[in-house]
Parts: sequence; structure tokens; C-alpha cells
Amino acid sequence: MGKIANEDVLAKISAKFADTVTVVGEPFGLPTLETGREQIIDVLGFLKNDPVLQFIYLTDITAIHYPEQEKQIGVIYHLHSLVNNLRIRIKVFLVDGDTNIPTATDLWNGANWMERETYDFFGVIFTGHPDLRRILNVDDMTAYPMRKEFPLEDPNRVDKKDYFFGR
Amino acid sequence: MSDIKLVDAPAGIEGAGFFATAADKVLGLARANSLWPLPFATSCCGIEFMATAASHYDIARFGAERMSFSPRQADLLMVMGTISKKMGPVLRQVYIQMAEPRWVLSMGACASSGGIFDTYSVLQGIDEIIPVDVYIPGCPPRPEAVLDGFMLIQELVKSETLRRRNEPKYQKLLASYGIQ
Repeated sequence: MGKIANEDVLAKISAKFADTVTVVGEPFGLPTLETGREQIIDVLGFLKNDPVLQFIYLTDITAIHYPEQEKQIGVIYHLHSLVNNLRIRIKVFLVDGDTNIPTATDLWNGANWMERETYDFFGVIFTGHPDLRRILNVDDMTAYPMRKEFPLEDPNRVDKKDYFFGR
Repeated sequence: MSDIKLVDAPAGIEGAGFFATAADKVLGLARANSLWPLPFATSCCGIEFMATAASHYDIARFGAERMSFSPRQADLLMVMGTISKKMGPVLRQVYIQMAEPRWVLSMGACASSGGIFDTYSVLQGIDEIIPVDVYIPGCPPRPEAVLDGFMLIQELVKSETLRRRNEPKYQKLLASYGIQ
């Protein structure tokens, strides 16, 4: 258990950001918030710099794709308060086609790598990132392979066709 | 008496103090029994290859004792393991740097077809980027299979004409891969 209860953390956030940040739930004791891209950097900065909360460690930035939702692309931030032994998760959902979100590299240098990876796999554009280009995939790749519309298997592959197996 | 088996001389005309045969047969014999492999090992097939090269299976018996870690001095490119799309240009560069004559052996399911890694990041067979002479099936193949594949390469080398690279068929093959 952390030094601060989850309820106190959420109370502090809602006191500061009122209705721009909504609490989605607390699965497995992990408080999960949802906010918009307009105030995401303010929220992250508040959580990092608040003298009590001290969410100083950016565990991960990643994304998720829900094709059935209106706002398809979700960017997810995981923060860790090493002092209070607390974790928190913040989600921002973006419309496909306008996946711009401000960069978190001004708060954490470690965000540089994570944002490049998220751009590489989901096509999320982090505005203000110093060097937003592909990091894991080949440079000339044109697709974003973790999106649901990307085919799971390579369409050029022939040795798995049904007629080789009498199907 | 030693029971070491030597390779037979190629067919030719023999007489007192002379032996005449075709130059490409002699060269093929010499090349086949002193192939310098470049082990391009990226995953578990590479471990299996290490067993093949070690004393129990001993690929040195076939004249492949000298592993060449420089493509310039290598005759045979042995690709063993999953080749990711990002590794593709590296493999291609290594192949281009090899001097003629050169042969390519693709070991295991991953190098030959992508194997179980049918995904965005893995090359679906190295024959998408370089020509392959012999494929060894298996995941991973046993050392016996590697030796069998190597012996098939030796047969190819023996029957190769002297200047393969000048043949139109070979040049056409390389051109289809965009090499030279």
C-alpha cells in the first residue's frame, strides 16, 4: 500500500482540474483517468511537480486502437510515484486522422524514446517532439503495424495457403 | 594403415607421368572441399550450427573448418535464423561484399520462409532479397540436416562451371534481385 490513499490522489486532481479530467475506474487498484489533449501536459506536469504526489517516474507511454469507437486512438501514460509507492494511468483519446498530441519530452527526457515508439506503431504525432521518426521498424515503412486495420499476417506469404494442406 | 578417405580424382586421361582432365573439374573439387563459410547466425539455428561445427559433428571433416567472419574471404553464406526486415539490408550488403564464386545456404524455417514469425517485422524468407542455393528445412534442423545441406552445396560447387558469373543465366538471376 502506498503512503497516500488513491482517493486522496484523485481528490487532489479533481480539485485542480475539476471536470476536464474524469476518473474511469480503478482496476486492480490502479487509478485510471481520462482527459483531453488540451490539458494532458498540465495534468502530467501537476502530477510530477506536486510536492506531495511526486509522480516523478514516467513508466511508459503507449497507445491503443479501438476501431469501433468514434475516438479510435488512445494514448496512455503510466506514471509511478517512487516516493509514495503509487501508480496512475492517464488516457487521452484522439480522432483517427487528427492524432496530434503535445509532447511530454519537456517533462521527462525518457518520453523521447516512448513517443517515437508510439508514433512508429500507431501513428500518433507528438507535436514538439525534437526528433519524431521511426525507431524500431524499418525507416521506409509506410503503415502503422499495431493499428487494427494492418493485416496480422504477411499477404505476400505463399507457403501457408490452404491448398498446400489439402483444405 | 590409415583409414582416412580421400576424394577421388575426377575422370581424365592418365598415362606415364601425366594426368589430363578439365580445369573446372579440378577447381570444383578444390573449392568443394575447402569451402569457407560465413555463419550469419541470428537465433536458435545458430546454436544448432555451433553443434555442427563442434567436435561431435565436426563440419571440418568436409573442409569447412575455417569460418570466415569477413565476407570478402567467404565462399558460402550460411544464413541461420530469423532475419528481420531491418536486418535485410545488412544481409544483402554482406552478400554483395562476397567475392565470386559464392553460394548461399538458408538454414531453418525462419530464414527460408519466415517460419512462425508471419508478422510485420520479419522478412518472409531471405530469397526475397538474395538468391539461395540450398534450403534446409527444420525448426531448428538437426546438425545431420545441416551437414546434408552442406554436402548438397558441395555437389553444386563440384558441378559448377569455371566462370559462373559470366553466364547469362546467372547474370539474369542476379539482375532479378537488383544486384550488379
